[in-house]
Amino acid sequence: MATFNLKINGNEHQVDVDPSTPILWVLRDHLNLLGTKYGCGISQCGSCTIHIDGIATRSCLTPVSSVGNYNITTIEGLSENGDHPVQKAWLEHDVPQCGYCQAGQIMTAAALLENNSNPSDEDIDNAMHLNICRCGTYVRIKQAIKTAAKL
Amino acid sequence: MTQIKTHYNRRSFLKVSAAAGGGMLIGFSWLAGCKPGVKPEEMVEVPNEWFEINGYIKIGDTGMVTIYSPNPEIGQNVKTSMPMIVAEELDVDWKNVVVEQAPLNTGLYQNQFAGGSLSIRLSWDALRMAGATGRRMLLEAAAKDWSLNVADLTANNGVIKEKNGKRSITYGEIASKAVGIEIPEEVKLKEIGEFNIIGTSKKNVDGKKIVTGEPLFGFDFHRDGMQLAMVVHPPAFGMKVKSFNEDRIKSMPGIKDAFIIDTTINEPTWSDVNAFNQLIAIVGETTWELMQAKKALNADWEVVDELESSKMHLARLEKALENGEVEESRKDGDTDVAFKNAAKVIERTYSSPFMAHSTMEPMNFFANVTADSAELIGPTQTPEALEGSVAKLLNMPLENVTVNMTRMGGGFGRRLYVHFGVEAAAISKKFGGPIKLIYSREDDMGQGTYRPTYRSTYKAGLDENNNLVAFSVKGAGLPGGPVFPNRFPAGAVENYSAEKIKAKTNISTGAWRAPRSHFTAGAEQAFIDEVAELAGKDPIDFRLELFDRAKNKPVGEKYDYDAERYAGVLKLVKEKANWGESKTGVYRGVAAYFCHFSYVAEVFDIIMDNDQPKVQKVWCAVDCGIVVNPDAANNMIQGGVVDGIGHAMYSQLTFDNGVPNELNFDKYQLIRHSQAPQEIEVFFVENEIAPTGLGEPGLPPAAGALANAMYKATGKRYYHQPFMTNEPVVG
Repeated sequence: MATFNLKINGNEHQVDVDPSTPILWVLRDHLNLLGTKYGCGISQCGSCTIHIDGIATRSCLTPVSSVGNYNITTIEGLSENGDHPVQKAWLEHDVPQCGYCQAGQIMTAAALLENNSNPSDEDIDNAMHLNICRCGTYVRIKQAIKTAAKL
Repeated sequence: MTQIKTHYNRRSFLKVSAAAGGGMLIGFSWLAGCKPGVKPEEMVEVPNEWFEINGYIKIGDTGMVTIYSPNPEIGQNVKTSMPMIVAEELDVDWKNVVVEQAPLNTGLYQNQFAGGSLSIRLSWDALRMAGATGRRMLLEAAAKDWSLNVADLTANNGVIKEKNGKRSITYGEIASKAVGIEIPEEVKLKEIGEFNIIGTSKKNVDGKKIVTGEPLFGFDFHRDGMQLAMVVHPPAFGMKVKSFNEDRIKSMPGIKDAFIIDTTINEPTWSDVNAFNQLIAIVGETTWELMQAKKALNADWEVVDELESSKMHLARLEKALENGEVEESRKDGDTDVAFKNAAKVIERTYSSPFMAHSTMEPMNFFANVTADSAELIGPTQTPEALEGSVAKLLNMPLENVTVNMTRMGGGFGRRLYVHFGVEAAAISKKFGGPIKLIYSREDDMGQGTYRPTYRSTYKAGLDENNNLVAFSVKGAGLPGGPVFPNRFPAGAVENYSAEKIKAKTNISTGAWRAPRSHFTAGAEQAFIDEVAELAGKDPIDFRLELFDRAKNKPVGEKYDYDAERYAGVLKLVKEKANWGESKTGVYRGVAAYFCHFSYVAEVFDIIMDNDQPKVQKVWCAVDCGIVVNPDAANNMIQGGVVDGIGHAMYSQLTFDNGVPNELNFDKYQLIRHSQAPQEIEVFFVENEIAPTGLGEPGLPPAAGALANAMYKATGKRYYHQPFMTNEPVVG
């Protein structure tokens, strides 16, 4: 066990956990931030995507010990009132079906738009490649990302 | 006006009304964080007091309305569309409606399950009745208050008005007086043309919560004092647990207990499918500590049954097609003679492997078992079946078991089976406290309940005028065949035979989005395409000829489909896609299928991108009767198409020595963003037929339309799924 001071969504948190614990489980089990989802545990499905220093990161394979002082943003902290352009676009296109993967999809999309305000279809495909949706909402996700780019 | 029998007396409504409030117990209630008097965006204020109108409806003093959605939500969007139907007949403003998930309550709600695309179809009348009954009760209360007759009043958009006077009162103002009003034996329903909520697109009622990451799913459920639990199942089908290093596991950090559970129950039903009744269970404080304990596990497994391999499965399917046990069949005319006399005969074999469900949210369930009660909360498509199985496991009366439903991170049939809820109950009992059982992805993918593997041989005979005069299909599956003997082209061919053949396996299997139809549609529609080509006919015209035959001069006593509606979706998609138009470098395929009482036709346009086929655009024509929530219905069909393409192209589960080789998404391939179509347009046939389901019917035609378009692009026919594998293991 070791103590870690984490900066999450603008707040300081202290946790006492095994250093190998992935940040995903620190968020979910220790900090009650349940928006970040577990899907595969091997960085293949993207359900657990968070931002570490603005970069879309799979939290299921990121040990808490590797996070250091970086700013962590989860879906809960993406915007104050759920009004980030990506969230607004998601609602406008009514993207979700089951909804489980969508927090991860939104976090990846938000990071993409942060670096590329007018992504091409290929840019979107490349950025979103590691986010799986079994419901098959990919067509709407792409439309929503294009809408968000204009907001 | 349509009259409808109310079926229920007032007492039964009220009895369950009290229980319906239980939906809020699980802590995901919309109103959980709302204070009375506060005005949420675009809504009336949060009420100080709520009045139970009936088990489906609660009205607040401000006019805010709570509607309980009875069925499990797996992403098919019934949590929005079912309350829309109630709100329509209640006649309220949708923006003032709050939706809550109802708990399992067999006393009031019927058919509280999510399966077979049946939620809307089976509850259409009940939901309309619930709304209309509520409206009537409010009208009766106002009439009594004003000493008038109900006939003297109108109710519209949450306001009751006097027809020949100036008085008006809102539902919120009269609700307190409507409580306990006698429900008449018959209530009036709206005419279809009077609908103003049904048929308009309403956003997903959980949309905002989903995009902001609020806890909604079973995996997110938390109760103070609960522990987490994980299970370990044998690594191979045909194995059983003997013992494990219990002391070592119990001594690990954060681990509270470890033991073997046995979930065997008396008189199991279809929903109790489970390959492994004995499991190692580990209880602990945090997920990561449990995962570490699993890694340190050292177990003895014993072989109790044959350890099967994919090669063995293929051999069994081939043998079954030669002389397997026929489960169901149909025979019209004499196919043997007809094939002998035919001018042209074509025979093709199609196959598809075992598949996993891959719900993005792995299986999980909360259970709190005490000496005389069991409380279960989590994602289940069949809460009633779970209640029954837990009652059997614990030898407890049904009424002592409660089941609450969370939103599900996908179902696709996987959560029709209740073993994970039963396992949670067994662990809670043995541990002696509340626990939440969670599966890892590997637990989820390795545990079974897979989609069966299938292999079907189709044969067709054409006469000298290229008319289809003989058609046969033999389809085998492990453990059951994929054939629907009375579906198309039954009824349309003079000499027809269909055989559904079963064969043995100890790999556990279950329903998977559009059971059997997902495979049969692809195989049959790809075969029909090849037969049409052999006949020198346009594939749509060829099908339409057959539907004409089925409609005007049907063969045999019956067939399962409505030939006119079937032809209708083909004609619609033909028009919308400008069928017949050709573009350089764009290759087209078509397919149509009827299942789950809905009709879907699809046209695919594909291009070759770096020698790889890529679906560019898809047109879908759908006849599901009345469309309750058009944009959500569109989403459902789009999802079905993407899901259908993905599984036909990429997914397979293979076995060696009873061990599934693919246990996570590194090896088990699901479709990804870049592989999805650029655009999917969906068109609905407009009619006034009572609605049928949409969760499944969009998927089956996709594999056929895809295979047919890929043939145009590559000159190669695709018989064995997954299409993008050089050598499919089963097939």
